[in-house]
Amino acid sequence: MERVAIIGGSMTQFGQREDWIVDLLSEAGLACLEDAGVEASALDHLYVSNMASGEFEGQTGVMNALAHDIDAMPAYTQRIDQTSSSGGAGIYAAWQSIASGASEMTMLVGGEKMTHRTTGESTDVIASLTHPAEYKHGVTLPSFAGLTARHYLERFDAPRESLAKVAVKNHKNGVDNPHAQFQKEVDLETVLESPIVADPLRLYDFCPITDGSAALLFCPESVAREYTDEYAVIAGIDGATDTHVVHEREDPTVMGGVVESGEGAYEMSGYGPDDIDVAELHDMFTILEFLQMEGLGFAEQGKAWKLVEEGYTDRDGELPINTSGGLKSKGHPLGASGVAQGVEIYEQLVDEAGPRQVEADVGLCCNVGGFGNCVITTIMEAGQ
Amino acid sequence: MTMEAYRYEDGSISYPGHPRGPGGTEPVETIDLSEYTAEVVTWTTSTATPPGVREPNTLVIVEFDVDGRQSDSEGGSGDETVRAIGQATTDDLETGDTVRPVHVEELREPGAGIREPDSQEWDGYRFEPV
Repeated sequence: MERVAIIGGSMTQFGQREDWIVDLLSEAGLACLEDAGVEASALDHLYVSNMASGEFEGQTGVMNALAHDIDAMPAYTQRIDQTSSSGGAGIYAAWQSIASGASEMTMLVGGEKMTHRTTGESTDVIASLTHPAEYKHGVTLPSFAGLTARHYLERFDAPRESLAKVAVKNHKNGVDNPHAQFQKEVDLETVLESPIVADPLRLYDFCPITDGSAALLFCPESVAREYTDEYAVIAGIDGATDTHVVHEREDPTVMGGVVESGEGAYEMSGYGPDDIDVAELHDMFTILEFLQMEGLGFAEQGKAWKLVEEGYTDRDGELPINTSGGLKSKGHPLGASGVAQGVEIYEQLVDEAGPRQVEADVGLCCNVGGFGNCVITTIMEAGQ
Repeated sequence: MTMEAYRYEDGSISYPGHPRGPGGTEPVETIDLSEYTAEVVTWTTSTATPPGVREPNTLVIVEFDVDGRQSDSEGGSGDETVRAIGQATTDDLETGDTVRPVHVEELREPGAGIREPDSQEWDGYRFEPV
């Protein structure tokens, strides 16, 4: 099986955009092709990661619309929906398409258009992934975060400030990401005094609602060398699923999908947690950064908060986490987020991260759907 | 109206029930959790609620000790627990509080949100401190 390379990446400006979903996808897709110096006609497969363009905008068939707009026919197209982990699932699908030999050039474009909806409407579209027994109670993803954060803080005697420090760190990183929705720092006091959304969590513990798109271009490593000397390789990738009903999990502070997909990606790559130089984690809520750090073996259970307090995950720390600003600062256009995580790790590995650049040969991204319901973990390494 | 949990062949219990339980085991009986009290595992009050949902909305995850904490009418053996999530009748809660299910005809307004009103039930149980 030939190794799968990534030879191009792009992301649009994240935030409140006037463009609609297909325009956003086209913008990122064309930029990605340009970044790699590849013509659309070279694409064998074209995948679109998107959770809910039909629900948000009334536009379905976005993969076909994108193929037409960028003149990628007759490439095989497919839309990939795995809720918030649609982007990671798209990376997995793109990897499969190349590794299997079905395609020699696959582009993945993730995107979502959300901000034209009210916060309540967007929250409801996302909450529609819940079980009927949850949905009828008005359970939302933010409320899962509040329930889990309280449990974590009480059980592990962690200070409330430690969660706020995740937000402070990721906002600080986002300042240097020109595509981030928020390019401004926030201080601890601002986070801790912001309005309560799902106590103990407050406004700045949550990612924003976002429009945006991101893209990656995949090919066999042997083909990559025809285009560039600077590329990344997918060293390991795995996906896993946890319970649909969140309260049925044995331990509310363990995301089984993170653990399982992480173990699978580590095993495939031959790397372990200590080998990872930089990571993008799915910080849709600050508490999720702790749970993924622990699930992926970066910290022992109940101790991730201490590493954040010590600066271990700062950009100049031992393991920089969310150098892009994370979902927290960069924004979270559902279907784009997992792809954008991949773009950040790709750029870190090919030394294109600009002021966010850290020293990295191996990077990891973890994309979470629902509240850990579906998870994809991807490990990349710099191409040789 | 009942708050129906399933017990599976391996003795485990889930709420809600599923066609198959852990290890692919089949359900062998139903248990009405509304007859039991439960302990609050964690709780939150959500202030940004979707259309048709009360605001604020206090939610709890509770744990029923079905076999160890007997119902009014049934005996029990073993020590199997089962968790549930639901709205609370108050935000004056602490982890570890004992609560009981109280039936409510409509937990949120059907049709106000994205889900098809006929696709599911909208009544259920809130949890009230004992």
